[in-house]
Amino acid sequence: MAKRNRGSLQLRHVDAGSCNGCELEIASIFSPVYDAERFGMRLEASPRHADGLLVTGPVTRNMADPLRKTFEAVPNPRVVVAVGDCARNCGVFSGAYGVEGAVADVVPVDLEIPGCPPDPQTIITALRGLSGT
Amino acid sequence: MRTGWPAASMVAVSLLQVVGVLVGGPLLVGLMRTVRCRLEGRAGPPVRQPLLDLRKLARRERTTSDETSWIFPLAPLVLVGSTVVVAAIAPLLATDPAYGWSADLFAVVFLLLLGSVALALGALDSGTAFGGMGASRAMTIGALSEPALLVVILALSVPAHSSNLPAIVTRSLAHPLWLATPERLLALVAFVIVIVAESGRLPVDNPSTHLELTMIHEAMVLEYSGTDLALIKLGESMRLAVLMALFADLFVPWGVASAPGPIHLVVGLATTVAKVAALGVGLAIFEVTVAKLRLFRVPELLAGAFALSVLAVLSALVVA
Repeated sequence: MAKRNRGSLQLRHVDAGSCNGCELEIASIFSPVYDAERFGMRLEASPRHADGLLVTGPVTRNMADPLRKTFEAVPNPRVVVAVGDCARNCGVFSGAYGVEGAVADVVPVDLEIPGCPPDPQTIITALRGLSGT
Repeated sequence: MRTGWPAASMVAVSLLQVVGVLVGGPLLVGLMRTVRCRLEGRAGPPVRQPLLDLRKLARRERTTSDETSWIFPLAPLVLVGSTVVVAAIAPLLATDPAYGWSADLFAVVFLLLLGSVALALGALDSGTAFGGMGASRAMTIGALSEPALLVVILALSVPAHSSNLPAIVTRSLAHPLWLATPERLLALVAFVIVIVAESGRLPVDNPSTHLELTMIHEAMVLEYSGTDLALIKLGESMRLAVLMALFADLFVPWGVASAPGPIHLVVGLATTVAKVAALGVGLAIFEVTVAKLRLFRVPELLAGAFALSVLAVLSALVVA
């Protein structure tokens, strides 16, 4: 994966039911302090432009189908990154009535980034493994 | 055929221009992005980032929706093809590229328009709401900026008594004082506005937006992926480079090779690259300092450009 995407990684962010804690951290990796763009990373407006998905939150019932459709719209070869504890194992929302399951229960996950929320440095380090920068 | 350049050097000029625009276009976009990032207090990606993106996209699968027809995959090819033709025949490095006699100002402007129309048709073909919206907006802006571009070059063609671009450039090289006339200055301002509108930069369109409702150009390419997307990104950056090189040619032509020979060509290439890079840095600095205009204010800006270009023509006719 790192070899295929050398120096260029575009991701489509999908909020599958997150509390927006992870979104704050993702927004801050593109701030002047962390500046993930210097490693060739960008968030895209369309899944067709992306190399993969950045999924946050437990997958709620209403978001399971949109997540599947977004995944199918990403051209191959694609990756799915589950960001935060909720995306990995539903976290504190585990067993809640509106939750369908973790991200891995809906789409195949290639990389998990632990933390509640993961700090920007952790996210950047994990994503640099994908872009090979 | 106006001058007695050897056929080999004319072909060499055209080849050099096409290769220069193919490689230089993405690098120009990368340079502008780096300048922007530095002014925003960030390190920013390397200048060659757009080339890395293109290489990666070229290796990816193409996904298309079930709704598309043969127009959808054809549009990126038309965009890149028409821009390559302009890059080959326009006098960007030297006054006599191959088929320079065909580089009429109308032909060049309509070749550039052909790419935009193809892209709009491709966007409509995808059948998505945002594609149609982006296409209608892009055509609205195109319909207002293309006439301004035509009239600007018409103003420049009056003193040269020819609508042929190499003839205009040759004429301005021979008469340097002519560059400081009122019609030149009016045309210069109008041309800058047209470049900004045609290449989808701020304040007309924001190339790095994620909000679909504010998109113009980005909304048209939302459905493209893989090699198609790579071609569109390449075509768009080439268009920007061609427009800027044309601007440099028409307003600051010094350095453009007016005689055949490798030394003249190297000087022409070096000065054109330097001029386009300087223009790119200037445009990037301008972009950081302005906010995007509301869509309904954009026609006012373009009407202003058109008014300036008409004044330039009148001034040129009075002086002549």
